[in-house]
Amino acid sequence: MTSVSTAPDSATTSVALSGVSKVYGRGENAVLALDRVSLDVAPGEFVCLVGASGCGKSTLLNLVAGLDTPSGGTIRVGEDIAASGPESPGRPPASSGRLPSPGLMFQEPALFPWLTVAANVELPLKLRGLSRAERRNRVAELLDTVHLGDFGRRRPHELSGGMRQRVALARTLALDTPVLLMDEPFGALDAMTRDLLHDELERIWTERRLTVLFVTHNVREAARLADRIVLLSSRPGRIIYETRVTTPRPRRIDSAEVAAVAAEVTDRLRTEVGRHGR
Amino acid sequence: MAGDTITTRREEAETLSGLDALEIASRQKVAGGGRLLWAATWPKLAAIGLAIGIWQVVVWTGWKDPWALPGPGPVFTDLGQYLLTSAFWDGLATTARRAAVGFLAAVAFGLVLGLAVARSRILRAALGSMITALQTMPSIAWFPLAILLFQLSEQAIFFVVVLGAAPSIANGVIHGVDYVPPLLLRAGRNIGAKGLNLYWYVIAPAALPAIVAGLKQGWAFAWRSLMAGELLVVIATKTSIGAQLVYARELSEAERLIAIMIVILVLGLFVDAAFGVVDRAIRRRWGLLQSRRR
Repeated sequence: MTSVSTAPDSATTSVALSGVSKVYGRGENAVLALDRVSLDVAPGEFVCLVGASGCGKSTLLNLVAGLDTPSGGTIRVGEDIAASGPESPGRPPASSGRLPSPGLMFQEPALFPWLTVAANVELPLKLRGLSRAERRNRVAELLDTVHLGDFGRRRPHELSGGMRQRVALARTLALDTPVLLMDEPFGALDAMTRDLLHDELERIWTERRLTVLFVTHNVREAARLADRIVLLSSRPGRIIYETRVTTPRPRRIDSAEVAAVAAEVTDRLRTEVGRHGR
Repeated sequence: MAGDTITTRREEAETLSGLDALEIASRQKVAGGGRLLWAATWPKLAAIGLAIGIWQVVVWTGWKDPWALPGPGPVFTDLGQYLLTSAFWDGLATTARRAAVGFLAAVAFGLVLGLAVARSRILRAALGSMITALQTMPSIAWFPLAILLFQLSEQAIFFVVVLGAAPSIANGVIHGVDYVPPLLLRAGRNIGAKGLNLYWYVIAPAALPAIVAGLKQGWAFAWRSLMAGELLVVIATKTSIGAQLVYARELSEAERLIAIMIVILVLGLFVDAAFGVVDRAIRRRWGLLQSRRR
């Protein structure tokens, strides 16, 4: 019953969760973190998962990233759009035919402090077995993508929080996976930096035709970025509401349209949180 | 529309680099140089001068006869002569070789032991507390057994040096591996570091500061064990630094005795300083070193 597979599913789904549950602990202490969550994410779609604390958002991303295994249900990360990523031709596919797990970004940059910025971005390329020359080109290209071309030789601690998070984004992009998972990646940043990184992320998402599953508790952020917002309930995490954001891009986080979408989602979220007080 | 987008992109990039420049400006390194070196050195020199001064004053009070406690003048004169003797250089070579061989063996043993205990739950349950117990055992207490087992020989000294140093090194490794931030492990696994690669590219470098701390402590134990060993296990054919200390006492050569003690002190300080340099280099790379002046 429980399986995580990367077999090609269908051409219309990039990430498919079906009846995914996650239980932590055993017996009387068991906590149901996720309860039969089903979600299909189309290739190239930007989906924001929103929920109050304790709704299992991060658990869900860990499961999709393959860092944890579900207690029930299936998770498929499709192969169908892998070919459209910026792959270099002639490279053999990943060993045993399994795709690398989707790239995952955390709230913290989680950079390796003993490596320079460039070496941080290079490590996934090294682990994939790219040649030195190939790696050098890719690192330069990735750092340019996040506008940090001049900072390759710095150490992470010499950079600001926003810059570190951009390095983390470049490192994740180095995996060349079509699916990008983001766990409140901008939660620790100041508002101005966050707004700029929204623009950056949107640009990179468009350019690279990525599929993004983005977790946040910030409803405005979700309305600014998402094609679709999915609301999760708390304890256990269940999908209770979904809405498509049809506001044309580029959007501004302080625009009336974004505010209107955010207001609607916030109302739903408040109702859900209020349910726990009763 | 397309033109619009390009303009927006450029503006966006400019704002971003402007913000970067603002943030980075406050993080520039403070230039150090000669003045910083002097600021770190003069208190040490002053302390040494003060210690020698107190020593001289005690000698002047006539508390002990000069043949038991000579003053700094005769001792440093004798030290100068001693450093020119072949006995000193032979002794230094013997002692340095024992220290190096013993410490390297302890490093190899400690690293393997530490890694094994850090990885295996059974080994940890079995050996974890035993390693700490071994660490608290004064290494000089091993010598009677070592002499029974190996007589008055090189092996006896080697045995005790390794036993003295290895537990600290193993503990450093265990501590280092245990305290690798889980977030870095998750990040490492996500970017494709599995199995041995995870150890090589993530766990080992993340544990390095703790491992170096363990090595430094291990060295201190090795050096103490070695000196104790050279005093107890005097091998007539080999004139180590420690053996010469014993001879100096037996021949009542007080100046030579204190001169040798100064040599031992300085040797220990040198190696400690070398560890300090490595430790600081690591911490600077990691951004853990706070500049003292803000």
